[in-house]
Amino acid sequence: MAEVLVVTSGKGGVGKTTSTAALGVALAQSGQKVCVVDFDVGLRNLDLVMGAERRVVYDLINVANGDVRLQQALIRDKRIENLSLLAASQTRDKDALSEEGVRRCIGELREKFDWVICDSPAGIERGATMAMRYADLAVVVTNPEVSSVRDSDRIIGLLDSKTMKAERGERMEKFLLLTRYDTVRAGRGDMLSIDDVLEILSIPLLGIIPESEEVLRASNLGSPVTMSNAKSAPARAYNDAARRLRGETVPMTIPNARHPLLTKLFGRRAA
Amino acid sequence: MKLFQLFTGRRSAPLARERLQILLTHERGTTGQSGLIAMLREDILAVIAKHVEVAPERVEVRLERGDEVAILEINVEIPDVVARAAMARERGGRAA
Repeated sequence: MAEVLVVTSGKGGVGKTTSTAALGVALAQSGQKVCVVDFDVGLRNLDLVMGAERRVVYDLINVANGDVRLQQALIRDKRIENLSLLAASQTRDKDALSEEGVRRCIGELREKFDWVICDSPAGIERGATMAMRYADLAVVVTNPEVSSVRDSDRIIGLLDSKTMKAERGERMEKFLLLTRYDTVRAGRGDMLSIDDVLEILSIPLLGIIPESEEVLRASNLGSPVTMSNAKSAPARAYNDAARRLRGETVPMTIPNARHPLLTKLFGRRAA
Repeated sequence: MKLFQLFTGRRSAPLARERLQILLTHERGTTGQSGLIAMLREDILAVIAKHVEVAPERVEVRLERGDEVAILEINVEIPDVVARAAMARERGGRAA
């Protein structure tokens, strides 16, 4: 049975699309059949980050409205065979997403894939609530920064009330993915630490992605960081997170993107 | 400035953490993490308002989620004068 995962945050620019692409690639590389789905109707970008922007013909809205079959809209990754993309529509707006259409589309995706990863738009409006609606579990992407933590707290509230799972009285599984983390600054007390964020949001930690220039490089190339430079610090962190999603126990380390010596002096390890 | 900070040891992260903790405790109660809390809050407020005048922002309803059980915490702040008047009325009622 497939797992439907929503990558969400409330706040924009924290790394939802980057994380969706990187986790999608990591899971696909481990042999899982994966589809990444862009729910950011009107502001699609997952196609660009995945390097498939010139191959989009049909999109999520077309499938949800029943204009085309799912198979016609799926874009197969050219580098990894068992990885597909379902793009968002660029010309419509989020109100075009019908709940029934999304339900049917997710249902079909469940039959074809092991993992369906829904890239949520920022905000708490229709696009975001539709992206989380049929999810089995959620990854809450958060930066160690006050506005991001506040918005994540709000999103956690929505995950516990507005999803099908919550409405059925089931427990919505939620995991924290801390991105753009800077061990040195956190160690100096200039940035919220992992413990601070975990204590405030009180959901289990899935991974810590260090601030790294590799992330921008990857999006420039249209090749998710887990594919473009698998040995880089953020790629290793995403790979560990993907293994944890699959139920493996992986020790929580903070892959280092900055000066190793400085981090040894000031850094600390996650619990 | 940076050198100065190094000596005084004034770091911004602890302040960020404290501000968030205060803010989120408040927001979880008022913006409503679920429809249930919002409904409870409204009904509780209506019941109290029948007897005592109380400002809506003085009613705090929180739901603390634990692993096994959730605890519903209701805090109603009643102005001192109102509370005293109510107690006086009760005493008067009993005496009569």
